[in-house]
Amino acid sequence: MSALPHEAVAVERPFRRRWWAAPMLPFILIFAAFVLLAIFAPLIAPYEPNVQNLLGRLKPPGAVVRGVTYVLGSDELGRDLLSRLIHGARMSLAAAVLSVMLSGAVGTMLGMAAGYARGWVEAVVMRIVDVFLSVPAVLLAIITVAVLGPGFTNVVLVLALTRWPRYARVAYGQTLSVANMPYVRLARFMGAGRLRILFVHILPNIIGPLTVVATLEFGLMVLFEASLSFLGLGVQPPTASWGAMLSVGRNYVSSAWWIATFPGACLFLLVLSVNLIGDSLRDLLDPKSRTRRKE
Amino acid sequence: MTERTREAPVLAVRDLSVEIEGRRVVDGVSLDVGRAEVVALVGESGCGKSMIAFSIMGLLPAVASVETGRILLGSEDLVAFDEEAMRAVRGDSMAMIFQEPVSSLNPLMKVGEQVAESLVVHHGVSTAAAWGEAIDMLRQVGIPEPERRARQLPAELSGGMCQRVMIASALISQPRLLIADEPTTALDVTIQAQILKLMKDLRGLGDTAILIITHDMGVVADIADRVCVMYGGRIVETAEVHEIFARPSHPYTRLLLGTIPKLTGQRKHLLRSIEGTVPDVSEWPSGCRFRTRCPLADDACANVPPSLPVAGDEAHQSACWHLDRLAEVA
Repeated sequence: MSALPHEAVAVERPFRRRWWAAPMLPFILIFAAFVLLAIFAPLIAPYEPNVQNLLGRLKPPGAVVRGVTYVLGSDELGRDLLSRLIHGARMSLAAAVLSVMLSGAVGTMLGMAAGYARGWVEAVVMRIVDVFLSVPAVLLAIITVAVLGPGFTNVVLVLALTRWPRYARVAYGQTLSVANMPYVRLARFMGAGRLRILFVHILPNIIGPLTVVATLEFGLMVLFEASLSFLGLGVQPPTASWGAMLSVGRNYVSSAWWIATFPGACLFLLVLSVNLIGDSLRDLLDPKSRTRRKE
Repeated sequence: MTERTREAPVLAVRDLSVEIEGRRVVDGVSLDVGRAEVVALVGESGCGKSMIAFSIMGLLPAVASVETGRILLGSEDLVAFDEEAMRAVRGDSMAMIFQEPVSSLNPLMKVGEQVAESLVVHHGVSTAAAWGEAIDMLRQVGIPEPERRARQLPAELSGGMCQRVMIASALISQPRLLIADEPTTALDVTIQAQILKLMKDLRGLGDTAILIITHDMGVVADIADRVCVMYGGRIVETAEVHEIFARPSHPYTRLLLGTIPKLTGQRKHLLRSIEGTVPDVSEWPSGCRFRTRCPLADDACANVPPSLPVAGDEAHQSACWHLDRLAEVA
């Protein structure tokens, strides 16, 4: 008779385990719902987001004005809040996705270059990273947008510009440790060139921690875009944006609470779900935390 | 000289010296590896044997550099090659395998892809095109169900299988020279024997010359045709493998062989060891570097370093001034 417990035999493989397991499921569904709303906004939204109706201004949720039902109420120009929220999801997610991809790509490249080449590349890149990380990102973003001018493209560029150092730092540290792994050494002894080593042998092995950073950054980018729009530096009216809607709603908070409340709630839900997904991803991908999750 | 070495050697190292921060860690080493020959480079940790391997592959650590000597692969002097030229040779005409089979494989890359790597890198073929060859190679190194195994990740394979995979990936480009740096050290004894048998079998298939680096005299006896014993950055004795075991002609070799425990020995005897430790590179003595630990040492040893071939015949060379007194070293 074997004394080995059967359970101990299974090989653990991070990506094959049920990363969507029960506790995370509601948040994954919420996030998926926002994504679907954003992608199919014109099909889902009941009305045009920018059509004004001066007779239907500041109507509470559920109000019906001349056959138009304001499910979540209307804003100060009589625009349907629900339609604007759905279109606003587009702006938030697009800004977050693009800025995360851009900053992630730039930061990862620079971090990997610094960690693999060492020497002066490392010195230059990592000192710039230090400088960027020592300046408050929002402040830097506000100053840059103020110089470049507001608008969606500039917001994305500014967010990418201010956020790449976080990826660079993680990619740098990970590359340092992975570059000394025997399999990277073997790849060099096989005659693989720098680019092949970086992108075939190192990148796939450091993508886990970077994904976690990207997920957590994603929530932050949603908030940053909202903040910039709130300050009037982001997406310009009349385009719907949660941040701008919050900013307007602030003026009516005592008389028409719904204008600020619903965009705020959307922001809260989106950021919360993204962050919780990021946390559980980190638990899954971090070998040190694996024991905690044993059932 | 044997038949094999009479023709031009695949690898000829001539008077190679490697320095780390001004200190010679490899001092005037010369060695040949002939076609289909297995040469073992034996020595304690820190004697410079791995440095020789790294010099041949052109991948010395940043602090080390080749100071003198030539490394001839066929007729080309690798020391004169620039990085670009070295990269074309590395993994193609010569390959290297290491002692950590599991961590030497990329954990996220399918085994078959890693075996095909050298063809992809050097011959610009796609992984898909090299897939068939990779599976053939896996079959040759004795991996059962190679089609299925090729699609698995290294974590799904045992240590011995990973070593077979590493050997397959080294041999797929049919290199002229294979350097094996302690290829069996991390494996348990039965697997060790299997891997050594595999390397012997594969040698019979192609013409690959093998330079095996080890500190294990058992491995040497099992696989090598010729042996170079290193001490303190120099080769102190070189001979055919049976010569080394039958007539060790350097005090160090004799003491080294004396340390191997024997099944026939008396019980409850202490294991033999060589007195003292290998001195640090900065404290290597003048003259013969083994003299501080050598029972035969006298003033002659301190003054002039004995070099190959100080004594013996061409096939069996020993760098010792006191060949006549060897019998004193039991």
